[in-house]
Amino acid sequence: MSNILIVIHVTDNEVKKSVFSAAAFAKQAAAFAGGSYSLLAIGSDLSGATAKLATAGAAKVYTAQAPDLGNALAERLAPIIEQVLLAGSFKMVVSPASSVAKDVMPRLAARIGAGMASEVVGLSFDAGRFTYLRPMYAGNVNGAVQIDTPIEVVTIRPTEFEALAPSGTSPVETVAVPAPEPVAAKIEYLGFEKAVSTRPDLAEAAIVVSGGRGMKAKENFVILEELADLLGAAVGASRAAVDSGFIHNDFQVGQTGKIVAPNLYIACGISGALQHVAGMKSSRVVVAINKDEEAPIFQIADYGLVADLFKAVPELTAAVRALKG
Amino acid sequence: MKILVPVKRVADPDNANKVKISEDGLHVTSEGLEGKPNPFDEYAVETALRILEDGVGSGNLRGEVVVVTIGPEDASREVRQCLAMGADRGILVVGDDERLDSSIVAKVLAKLVEKEQPDLVLMGKQAVDGDSNQTAQSLAQLLGWPQATFAGRIEVPADLASAVVTREVDGGAAKVKVAFPAVISVDLRIVSPTGVDNTVCGQKAYQEGPRYASLKGIMKAKKKPIDQITMDQLGVDQTLKVRTVRFTAPAQRKAGVKVDSVETLVAKLRDEARVL
Repeated sequence: MSNILIVIHVTDNEVKKSVFSAAAFAKQAAAFAGGSYSLLAIGSDLSGATAKLATAGAAKVYTAQAPDLGNALAERLAPIIEQVLLAGSFKMVVSPASSVAKDVMPRLAARIGAGMASEVVGLSFDAGRFTYLRPMYAGNVNGAVQIDTPIEVVTIRPTEFEALAPSGTSPVETVAVPAPEPVAAKIEYLGFEKAVSTRPDLAEAAIVVSGGRGMKAKENFVILEELADLLGAAVGASRAAVDSGFIHNDFQVGQTGKIVAPNLYIACGISGALQHVAGMKSSRVVVAINKDEEAPIFQIADYGLVADLFKAVPELTAAVRALKG
Repeated sequence: MKILVPVKRVADPDNANKVKISEDGLHVTSEGLEGKPNPFDEYAVETALRILEDGVGSGNLRGEVVVVTIGPEDASREVRQCLAMGADRGILVVGDDERLDSSIVAKVLAKLVEKEQPDLVLMGKQAVDGDSNQTAQSLAQLLGWPQATFAGRIEVPADLASAVVTREVDGGAAKVKVAFPAVISVDLRIVSPTGVDNTVCGQKAYQEGPRYASLKGIMKAKKKPIDQITMDQLGVDQTLKVRTVRFTAPAQRKAGVKVDSVETLVAKLRDEARVL
């Protein structure tokens, strides 16, 4: 029996699609190893999220609620996850690779003496063991890794696992939240500054319009924003654009930034550095607009337009507007 | 104040596409590629210097910056580069990258922390070869210290006893205050001109990015000590918890077609790809 525990942190009662991607991964893992999967949700208030979480096909949904858990401090979350893990007979604990999971899961792994595989994109099972596929070297190499500890800690890239359709109703169990450990007193949560954006979440958007060094200045991103708003798209950027100060780090798409896989990815003035491509290559359709016809982005784009983006993007916006009537 | 900065040597990340997988799929080779300090770790060195400097770029530190690497003996070259930037001394723990995982690295660093008693461990959020993003968090757990990961900005009061860290997280920035001793991992915005505010430097801004070593810095670095130690001497269990059993080349996207106008592009997106 190999049971799997999915861990997610919930803010504002919002249940992200990535939960159902993690469920798809856990379902596969549980089927391979002959077990079931459960889900642990942690947050300050889960009242509006529990019903939806109960449709992820889990054998059980555990909820851990306390006022301070909304802050998602690793020092606080890791002991809670450990408690649920050890109380059940779990062989694997998995979380979608959000910034909370990236922060907490390695702390948890060290806590329970477990090995961990980060940002897994594929799973196989042979002779009783899991093998995880994970991108390394800025996406230039995939490593197949095995973990030699009784509990295996995993984060997955939700873009690589097709979300499970919601169905059924899992039983819900409330977890007794342990008191904070002494180390939690050494860190104080001061607040959250939300990136000002009325657009969809970059990691989950169906369409992404991205700009690179070719945007030349911060002010020029407005032409991408117009197109994005018309398409209901998120705005992204290459690391070069972030480094040049055109846009906040939160919008960076790439191996060390956000991993996206929208239906349509429109790359404007992006040369196509490997670092960037590693973060968007699973997109279904890629459009590249760049005035340099030698730009490597054209090697991976389904549709390439060699043009000055300052002319082409407004034209595209006008054409889409006309199309939408 | 003492800051310990772990730095990993990686194959030149600007040429990461030139790493090769051996025929048996068991190794990644980076032959012919120059070794470089992992960029995020280099940012951590810059951050440590900015925290301790008494003036922007002064090089006068209100404490000590110790750089540690785990790698082959010639990785002392990358340590020396960090010393040339202004760090005080180095430690080289002899190790083979293929026989390390994040857990072993965290344990080695925990042993060094025990020996060195730093007030702060400052490191990159991830190495750009393994891309695991685990070591800082695991180390903090092993030490029982608080952690502030993915720092985009650090403010340190004049007493050097704590830090207010602005963390780059999904959807925005989370601000935390950590009491030292602590582990902080840095993201790329930390080396923006105002990424670090140490109170004593005032409002003056740095240049974008990590500093280049000056000629004087390079000369001075030649005389700075780099202690060498083995993992056995540190008493670290070197059993791997995570093993890479094979390496494969990821599936590549194929180039599609070039279109000659926005009009054609829109038609293709609507009728062929059906995404509009």
